[in-house]
Amino acid sequence: MNRLLKNVVFYAVLLGAWYGVARAHIWPPYLVPAPGDVWLALHDGFKDGSIWIGIRISMVRVVVGYLLSVVLGFVLGLGISTSKFLEDTLGRLLTSLQSLPSICWLPLAILWFGLSDKAIYFVIVMGSMFSIAMSMESSRAAIPRIIPMAGRNLGASGIKLFWYVLLPASLPHLVSGLKQGWAFAWRALISAEMIIISLGLGQLLMTGRDLNDMSQVLAILLVILVLGWAIDLIVFRQLEHRVAARWGLQQPS
Amino acid sequence: MNLPHEQPVAETMRLVTNRRIVPHNARIALRGVEQSFAATKGPRVLALDNINLEISPGEFLCVVGPSGCGKTSLLSLIAGLSFPSRGQVQLNNKPVTGPGTDRILIFQEHGLFPWLTALGNVEFGLKMRGMKKVERRERAMHHLQLVHLEQFAESYPHQLSGGMRQRVAIARALATEPRVLLMDEPFAALDAQTRDLLHDELERIWTETSCTVVFVTHNIREAVRLGDRVVVLTYRPGRIKAEFRVELPRPRHIEEGNVARLSARILGVMREEITKSVEAEYTR
Repeated sequence: MNRLLKNVVFYAVLLGAWYGVARAHIWPPYLVPAPGDVWLALHDGFKDGSIWIGIRISMVRVVVGYLLSVVLGFVLGLGISTSKFLEDTLGRLLTSLQSLPSICWLPLAILWFGLSDKAIYFVIVMGSMFSIAMSMESSRAAIPRIIPMAGRNLGASGIKLFWYVLLPASLPHLVSGLKQGWAFAWRALISAEMIIISLGLGQLLMTGRDLNDMSQVLAILLVILVLGWAIDLIVFRQLEHRVAARWGLQQPS
Repeated sequence: MNLPHEQPVAETMRLVTNRRIVPHNARIALRGVEQSFAATKGPRVLALDNINLEISPGEFLCVVGPSGCGKTSLLSLIAGLSFPSRGQVQLNNKPVTGPGTDRILIFQEHGLFPWLTALGNVEFGLKMRGMKKVERRERAMHHLQLVHLEQFAESYPHQLSGGMRQRVAIARALATEPRVLLMDEPFAALDAQTRDLLHDELERIWTETSCTVVFVTHNIREAVRLGDRVVVLTYRPGRIKAEFRVELPRPRHIEEGNVARLSARILGVMREEITKSVEAEYTR
């Protein structure tokens, strides 16, 4: 309750300051619109359906792209965590590729796939797949030695050992990797949408810029922010809490 | 070679589920076993050297020795989780080629799967064997009852005390109805009272199931309390230094005079090795 109160006060002050700065007309309203203008832009955008459409299209893309990344990341992660050769070669490559900002893949994607959805999916996958693969490998390394030993001793081997022992044993670490992968996918999506004309939230952001409409830019920014935060809270925090509770780990605060 | 009293697996399984008796036809033999490891620095470390040991079916064998004598290596060799550098480990005159659910290890840290309930853990070995859900649930409950934990079937390991976890580990091992139970200092991390209780429980279970037990510990009293025979290993490399047959009537108690007297004798033999182990620790 105390924390909620703090935040209410904090955002009230922030909003007040914004309102004050806008009203003071230090900068023209097309550069610093008042909170009310942004609210209006938000209201209009939802009312004429453009924001809804943007949300729907962007969400479908990011979910599909993310699931693709998870599957491919799993395959890669499995490869590097089971073969010493792949770990020393492909594993190293993935580590360096992971540090590449996802937007760097966009020119390549456009040349290969044109200004299409395919190019967007490509950027999302390249943005999040490597981090998922790497986290899968590091979570395998974090399993206490006794766990696979007990599994083998009780008759699990090969695919059974992987599915019933190694995978669940690495889940606590894996969940944070999946969460990070999601964050990367979300960023990659918005960046890609800003360049490729495609009706998503990223494009709405750019339309705001093209029309010199700062209120729309800020309104879409808010939508993107809230959406990313909500999914983190609803999906990934929940998942983390459940895993932590079941595994008996300390709850992340 | 097949011993005449050895039955085909399917037959054995049926027998087991009907009578809840583990067939005790597991004769373990270590012949000239040597085990060495690559050290991070310097030459290979010889952990076990020329171990010759016969373990009779249904025997409760305790292995004692100072830390670093290769006790754990010995168990892992019998379990088939590692292989000797020289010599052979045999089970019923056949060389051990890998892990099998006829030989189950129980570790010092319980090694339970934290994502499964107590019941789920006990069921695990049966599930791996492909047993149907209803049947394995029933069997797992039976084994939880054996360690008096049936009311904790739905608890996760982190919700249980150290002693309870170790009992789940024992139930999990017993559920697969192993012929050999390999225990690696299983009670070392427990308080004295819990350990005494688990000694009683283990002894009772061993009598009821008549499986072979190889029990590794550095606690001599514990070895005398439980074992039919106590084998003393030397400090690095582990060799068999002495063997003691414990012919005290069961059930024994750890504070008993006879147990204490025999323990003192064994300690006399072992002292030299303990000194070596301690010196090695200090001069490292």
